[in-house]
Amino acid sequence: MQEFLLIMRHEDGGKLASPEQMQAWMQQTMDWINSIAAQNKFVSGTGLPFDEARVVKSDKMVTNGPFGDIKETIGGFIHVWADSVEEAVEFAKACPVLQGDGNTVEVRKIAGPEHAK
Amino acid sequence: MEQQELIPHLFRTEFRKITVVLCKLFGIEHLETAEDLASDTFLSAMETWTYKGVPPNPTAWLYHVAKNKARNHLQRDKQLRDKIIPQLNNRQDGAARDGEAPDFINLFEENNSDSQLQMLFAVCHPSISRESQIALALRILCGFGIDEIANAFLTNRETINKRLHRAKTTLRREKISISVPAEKEIDSRLDTVLATLYLLFNEGYYSESHDQVLREDLCQEAMRLTRLLLGNQQTDLPSVKALYSLTCFQSSRFAARKGSSGELILYEDQDESLWNRDLISAGLYYLHHAATGPTLTKYHLEAAIACWYTQKTDTPEKWENILQLFDTLLQVEYSPVAALNRIYALSKLRGPQVAIEALSRIRSNRNQYYYSLLGELYRHINPELATGHFQQALSLARSAADRQILQRRIRSIAEGV
Repeated sequence: MQEFLLIMRHEDGGKLASPEQMQAWMQQTMDWINSIAAQNKFVSGTGLPFDEARVVKSDKMVTNGPFGDIKETIGGFIHVWADSVEEAVEFAKACPVLQGDGNTVEVRKIAGPEHAK
Repeated sequence: MEQQELIPHLFRTEFRKITVVLCKLFGIEHLETAEDLASDTFLSAMETWTYKGVPPNPTAWLYHVAKNKARNHLQRDKQLRDKIIPQLNNRQDGAARDGEAPDFINLFEENNSDSQLQMLFAVCHPSISRESQIALALRILCGFGIDEIANAFLTNRETINKRLHRAKTTLRREKISISVPAEKEIDSRLDTVLATLYLLFNEGYYSESHDQVLREDLCQEAMRLTRLLLGNQQTDLPSVKALYSLTCFQSSRFAARKGSSGELILYEDQDESLWNRDLISAGLYYLHHAATGPTLTKYHLEAAIACWYTQKTDTPEKWENILQLFDTLLQVEYSPVAALNRIYALSKLRGPQVAIEALSRIRSNRNQYYYSLLGELYRHINPELATGHFQQALSLARSAADRQILQRRIRSIAEGV
């Protein structure tokens, strides 16, 4: 069993969405997380609010989001268990965030003991 | 993690509560701030509940966050703060200490149907165009999104945004107060409110939009807002009861007019066992109680007509009454649709020939309704002519549902049914 982060990238769509749409989106994402939790493979997760986001650059300059040249940025991530990267990718494929054009889910393995030198 | 289902429409319902209460507190010129704070509240809910689960009391959670966001906003906006703090101190529920933004204890928990009712009068102010009133009512009082409003009106979001913008500018410029008008003003102001609610209901009931759920939502929202008027002593008037009765009768047929593949089923082909008896009883109750006072409104007459339509069997008595009611309705307020419907009632009572003659005498746009009525009237006396009229109607029909119905008619004539 390995640990993965599924990182969701999307635009800040909150201001444009209707209350009904927000609720529907939230319900879908909860269902998605619950389907992973039902296999006892969900560890944790969080949303990352877009407001009051800052980017600190190498010259210590601090800017507000949006974050440079990319339109999509991290909206949240979940931490899961999976037997393989393939299984983690299957989890990612079911993520409702992918309904949005151009949105992505990045699958990243969390460094485990085998990486320890 | 536990599976938790959210209450349907929770965000929509709470959006209107939070927006209206904050707008009432801040003043109408800050309507957009109120909207933004409400939207931000749901964004926070989305970012939290999605991963941590829905809190045990979701509404209380939303109010708590909305209050914090409002408090933070006041801290940043001095002008607004100077205006709001004395107001809150008067309420005695959140006396501010020096230099601190006040607490909003019980801001949303208090009975807010008063605020909703007051906002209804502000939104339906005569200085705002009717189409903007409806858009604004759907946004502020019903919590609909721009896309949903655009979908219901079969238009795009730019058009709806423009309507909303114009309406908000007018609210600000005219400094329209969020209040129920004074006694002497109430009749004329109520007329505008009822006209908007009537249109809102019809928009849902007759809309060409394909989104059936959305359309029923519009009707239910119109009825909910009408109930707000019924719930207030000052506005619980016969005309309001009449309108509510009408909407009860109409919506009683929602299930029956929907076919298995979503197509529209016409009145005469409906299975009346699917009519909602509770709504029909409510319609009767309110129609009965509307029959007081000196004024006969078009809502009274339309409700009475709708009431006769809840009796499916054709009897001379039914059509005699409907015809008389249409005669009076046309005197109270002429409308081409009512004139055509009167001709149909006439044909039921005195036969198609008399109706065809009567139709030739009225001024009516040669639209699809005119031609489909002609087709209907000629159906049994001259099928060939009837088909021609139905085809004419078909070429003018805009919605897929209407076209389907007309095509079915043409087919059934061809098959000699």
